[in-house]
Amino acid sequence: MTIIISLIAGIVFGSGILISGMTNPAKVQNFFDLAGTWDPSLAFVMGGALLITAPSYYLLFKMNKPLLADKFNVPENKNIDTPLIGGAAIFGIGWGITGYCPGAILPAIGTGNSGAVLFCVAMLTGMMATRLIRSNSH
Amino acid sequence: MTTFSPIQSLFGGALIGLSVVMLMAFLGRIAGSSGIIGSLLPPNPVSEKGWRIAFLAGLTISAFLLVNVTGYSPTIQNVTTEPFLIAGGIIVGVGVTLSSGCTSGHGICGLARLSPRSIAATLTFMASTAATVFIVKHLIGE
Repeated sequence: MTIIISLIAGIVFGSGILISGMTNPAKVQNFFDLAGTWDPSLAFVMGGALLITAPSYYLLFKMNKPLLADKFNVPENKNIDTPLIGGAAIFGIGWGITGYCPGAILPAIGTGNSGAVLFCVAMLTGMMATRLIRSNSH
Repeated sequence: MTTFSPIQSLFGGALIGLSVVMLMAFLGRIAGSSGIIGSLLPPNPVSEKGWRIAFLAGLTISAFLLVNVTGYSPTIQNVTTEPFLIAGGIIVGVGVTLSSGCTSGHGICGLARLSPRSIAATLTFMASTAATVFIVKHLIGE
């Protein structure tokens, strides 16, 4: 049952991100291009998502547990540390150059775009390398 | 140029929100794309793989279903060349792994529960992306 729910959630998420324009690198870049061809559309993507998620999360967390699991798995870490801020700054550089973020890349690959495939392979490499270095340093 | 699409983007965003809520309501999980992808990778991939693989499979087939069910065909306009797609991909992979989240995990799930870490991360990557786009399009590009 959890598999079917997750599959549906993935399809809904992917359809949403494709419809919203977040899978189009040109649209992503234009959202951030305040000094040029500004396209504010992506503010509405985040707005629409938060409008649904924020009140729903608030109500959901009043329940003792989720419908199909033992507990809510929510990060407990409250520290604003260097990896968080440094990592976010690094992510922004890559997002700015390519217009692709991790949530958009699989739906973009699904459209058959070869540039998206290339980005994804590189992203997985970057993820694995970072995980490897971090696990060795602990 | 891209066309301002407030209604379509709001609707797409609402669908993303619906998916995020589904995953929390049923599985008690954050719908963070980079976290779900990264936790399946070596070294030390998580043992609970099923729901994660199913979610990623859903993401990947969504375009096919969208085109064939609704007839809507999404536009993808790449903005850079292959070497930069590779470099940018590596940079994104490193960044989201260090910051434990991306646009979905921090920007939607984290902001929705007012997590201070996610608010800080989202403000940082938004500023960094805007600065990068300014450099790429206005300082280097023209």
